[in-house]
Amino acid sequence: MDLFEYQARDLFEAHGVPVLKGAVATTPEAAFTAAQSMGGQTVVKAQVKVGGRGKAGGVKLAENAEAAREKAKVILGMDIKGHIVHKVMIAEAAPIESEYYLAILLDRANRSFLVMASVSGGMEIEEVAHNTPEKLAKVNIDPNVGISTELALEIVRKGGFGPDVDKAVAEVLVTLWKTFVAEDATLVEVNPLVKTSDGKIIALDGKVTLDDNAIFRHADHEALVDHDAADPLEALAKAKDLNYVKLDGEVGIIGNGAGLVMSTLDVVAYAGEKFGGVKPANFLDIGGGASAQVMADGLSIVLGDLAVKSVFVNVFGGITACDAVANGIVQALEMLGAKATKPIVVRLDGNNVIEGRRILNAAAHPLVEQLDTMDGAASRAAELAAK
Amino acid sequence: MAIFLNKESKIIVQGMTGSEGTKHTKRMLASGTKILGGVTPGKGGQSVDIDGTVLPVFNSVVEAVAATGANASVLFVPPKFAKAAVIDAVDAKISLVVVITEGIPVHDTAAFFAYAQSKGTTRLIGPNCPGLISPGLSNVGIIPSDITGRGKIGLVSKSGTLTYQMMYELRDFGFTTAVGIGGDPIIGTTHIDCLRAFQDDPETEAIVMIGEIGGDAEERAAAFIKEYVTKPVVGYVAGFTAPEGKTMGHAGAIVSGSSGTAAGKKDALEAAGVKVGETPSETAAIMRTILKG
Repeated sequence: MDLFEYQARDLFEAHGVPVLKGAVATTPEAAFTAAQSMGGQTVVKAQVKVGGRGKAGGVKLAENAEAAREKAKVILGMDIKGHIVHKVMIAEAAPIESEYYLAILLDRANRSFLVMASVSGGMEIEEVAHNTPEKLAKVNIDPNVGISTELALEIVRKGGFGPDVDKAVAEVLVTLWKTFVAEDATLVEVNPLVKTSDGKIIALDGKVTLDDNAIFRHADHEALVDHDAADPLEALAKAKDLNYVKLDGEVGIIGNGAGLVMSTLDVVAYAGEKFGGVKPANFLDIGGGASAQVMADGLSIVLGDLAVKSVFVNVFGGITACDAVANGIVQALEMLGAKATKPIVVRLDGNNVIEGRRILNAAAHPLVEQLDTMDGAASRAAELAAK
Repeated sequence: MAIFLNKESKIIVQGMTGSEGTKHTKRMLASGTKILGGVTPGKGGQSVDIDGTVLPVFNSVVEAVAATGANASVLFVPPKFAKAAVIDAVDAKISLVVVITEGIPVHDTAAFFAYAQSKGTTRLIGPNCPGLISPGLSNVGIIPSDITGRGKIGLVSKSGTLTYQMMYELRDFGFTTAVGIGGDPIIGTTHIDCLRAFQDDPETEAIVMIGEIGGDAEERAAAFIKEYVTKPVVGYVAGFTAPEGKTMGHAGAIVSGSSGTAAGKKDALEAAGVKVGETPSETAAIMRTILKG
């Protein structure tokens, strides 16, 4: 889960990473109140989970509280690269002397964590890596050892920080590491980390990604979920504990296992090229146990997508037996009754496939059509969607 | 020969007394795997009767190894307890630990992976994987044993169901070993580890490698193939239609910006001389042509 900047700021503050005052507002009036309580100049910042908001006009300086209200009025509702601004952060303004970069992230390739630190901040870190690689320190961290003050100092010096700020930045890095671990983050990025004209080191903008798998030990992370942004069908699927991603095609997809379902989307897209370019409408992995209830939940969500013109159920029975899946489909269609209106192409293979196919044939549901191969079934589902 | 597993592999099941653990212990036993016991902290001294096979339960892997001489373990432990369970197995110097559990926080995986690396005596497979099977010899995890039998193909895959699908497509040839390495961002055994082992295994004649979006494991595997692997490798990559920034089922299956795309992986594999199929069945057809010479 990616956090908004204001959520990252709150998290930083809670763990002792130095930040400026900030408050979130969803109306110009709330922006006014927040700016008034801070006093003086503030910055009104669009809260969107996408880069480049500054260039898009989503960050504006406000001289006073009245100006903050006017700026918020302009920014709220703005469309930044397809993201509508529903919230702004009102932040204290600070006199910036230098901009730096600090991040800790999951390093998949090295199967550990990575610190990146650079005295050149405020721009994309890829640019720093490209233009001035000597000013970017990249150091892997042993998760069982962590970042001591000594190691932090070594890293920031390697990143080009001079004796004027190295100790203060190292201290921030140690605190960031503690935040990273305590919150089960996979990314904490501060860009820019700044030195103000009075010599303070402050995290001015932050990006945080939290590990969804760790939610069981962070009851408080649930409150950080942005329910506004979720697609209504995705929200419904999540409530039913289904792994669903909405796409923009016409062939509804239900399968078992993440890899097979991804593969099914691809095969349908290839097949669709022959039928006017129809595409998969969603990703839906019903996992190992395809009970009737799970199948009914899955079918009702897929059929709830008005763009869906046909459905492809693609199951390879490994642990799951095909007869159980077939019974699931039959019972699901009974549960759905008149709500099931689109043709459903089913391909079953693997564990107990003969019985599974027999059950579907015997049920002879007018919407259900069986094919023996994944490619053949994908093609048929695409053809039906194109009609 | 087979990789990582053989007929002498002696297995203990961590989390055997749980419902998943019991269900799959039964299946593994039925496919001829040598299972010597289970571990559930707090239930040591009990025993479990699985279809007539009575298996002892121990409090720790250290105890289980001392009593049984087991050399491999498989975990069906819930995410919350997985880290402690893996560390227990590493402390017992178990040479192969297969972590089936899905949903382990990546900080825990990073920690137990680093711990295993520092000890240097344990190979981890997974987490979030179906395990591995050397048909007819041993089956550690949840891969169905009745899809196909022994043969000459080695298979490595991030995905469980695509492993089954590919084994089924090539069931007339059979497999030396099929390894499901798992779909998490950090995994203990990589495509490269399996490619190296298959290249060095005299019985394996050709290799199928299945990848998916996310990370750059396939790109690195491609570089490794070019440098080290002389046996034919056929590839498949899932997720061409996956949108940017969305996690597709597996925690590690996500395209970030322009990195981790299926197209990038396919290109890298093809540049290394790997023939990449557009669909699972086309991939199987390519392998079929190669094996028939």
